[in-house]
Amino acid sequence: MSQQDDSELVARLKAGDQAAYAQLVNDHAARIYRLALRMMGNETDAEDVLQETFLSAFKSIDNFEERASLSTWLYRIATNAALMRLRRKEPELVSVEEPVERDDGDLLPRQFFDFCCLPEEDFLRAEARAEMLRAIDELPATLRSVFILRDVEGLSTEETAAALDLSISAVKSRLMRARLKLRERLATYFSQGPVIPETRQ
Amino acid sequence: MSTVHLQHEHNRETCRQYLESLGDYVEGTLAAELCREIEAHMAVCDNCRIVVNTLAKTITLYRQMPSPELPNAVRERLFAVLDLTPYYRPGPESEDEPTR
Repeated sequence: MSQQDDSELVARLKAGDQAAYAQLVNDHAARIYRLALRMMGNETDAEDVLQETFLSAFKSIDNFEERASLSTWLYRIATNAALMRLRRKEPELVSVEEPVERDDGDLLPRQFFDFCCLPEEDFLRAEARAEMLRAIDELPATLRSVFILRDVEGLSTEETAAALDLSISAVKSRLMRARLKLRERLATYFSQGPVIPETRQ
Repeated sequence: MSTVHLQHEHNRETCRQYLESLGDYVEGTLAAELCREIEAHMAVCDNCRIVVNTLAKTITLYRQMPSPELPNAVRERLFAVLDLTPYYRPGPESEDEPTR
């Protein structure tokens, strides 16, 4: 949605127009739910984050200054809500401090299995899809949020930076760390060969 | 220390240096000169070539992952929580689709 369409909707929202509230929900709920589900890894928490996002957006619409689009603003509220919730549930995974941006050894690739040329059906198996989702769930939350906004939701680096209140270079660096971790994990997974459903426990 | 070992150590250091540019490289936003350097390195370093290819593949796989839908029941509860029930209209979701 363009910034101009936003302005008209924002004016109606600020005037307390119920139909405008409903439009905001209709326009953005599916996207916010998707983000919440990827961040939280389960439907119950995702629904809580979804509700919290819109409750909090309605409450603070008067403070919305239109520096970002409504969509980026909602992503920001949703990511914060998800991170708060994750921090309560898994404090060890969500550092309150900025993660140290260093070239830590565990980013160096170790698994060199070239899975690019596997048959396409190997990537479509339910088992492979489940592994891909588990891999996202196990990323540290601060890397997960960048990866989801940038590579799953398709936001630009600039939009991701605005949504997460990060610098462009922090977005790039976290994205790279997330991608390398996921690549490492998928390379390990695919190097073990496809899991044939019949043989699984 | 053998020459082979030294050569290996040298390569590891070079690989490490290129690691942080790989994001821009796979996005196609890296400066041309650095691209050429990386490509020259990949021509002699199988590991880096594989890392670049599988990194790009990883990104593609996630971008192609099917999006979970917003179930109507969740949408309906959201409208209720927001006191917007009169505005609720069910979306065109398929029944009982798993969302993940």
